Amino acid sequence: MPSAEELRERIEQALPGAQVIVQDTTGGGDHFRAEVVSDRFEGLTRIQQHKLIYDVFGDEVGGAIHALSIRTQAPSPAGDGR
Amino acid sequence: MTNDEIRTFIDNAIQENRVMLFMKGTPQQPACGFSMRASGALNALGVKYAALDVLPDPRIRQELSGLSGWPTIPQLFVDGELVGGSDIVMEMFESGELANLVGVEQPELEQSAEPEPEQPVQQRPIGLENRLA
Repeated sequence: MPSAEELRERIEQALPGAQVIVQDTTGGGDHFRAEVVSDRFEGLTRIQQHKLIYDVFGDEVGGAIHALSIRTQAPSPAGDGR
Repeated sequence: MTNDEIRTFIDNAIQENRVMLFMKGTPQQPACGFSMRASGALNALGVKYAALDVLPDPRIRQELSGLSGWPTIPQLFVDGELVGGSDIVMEMFESGELANLVGVEQPELEQSAEPEPEQPVQQRPIGLENRLA
């Protein structure tokens, strides 16, 4: 069963330098919420940003990880067009 | 129904419905909190949309994710393009971007985007369940 800590480490490995917060939203080890700030998100759409996170976990999303809620942000406010 | 037929059906649904939501359950009876939030946002906007329940056959979800490259449900498509899952839909709903995208006025938001049962949901029957029966 994945832990919030494990998810955080894997996101950080995939996106070096990212600021990552992962919460286990139910305490059950299968519903998580990730907040990620990374310069890799610069110039990407939200879809592309979220896909970068989903790609870290592949088939585990929908499997062992039942739900992964994601909030992404580039370090500069301009990154997401907002 | 073969996997190819399901894929074609999904593809047509995306192309033929300007606002197309794939969800667990129905707008009237969402079967998952994330799907409930996404359909609730569309209900709050009062936009006409089609919704398809992915639960009747696991292959619907497999083919949809294969086609979109997006692993989770719900998935919202507008004008044939994937907009996102519930997180993105809610972010865009709250910022007014979603209203902009679908071409409606952002409603006055006194409360959150929980679905209002009285709100009529303009849902075109798709009948995938029937075809699979």
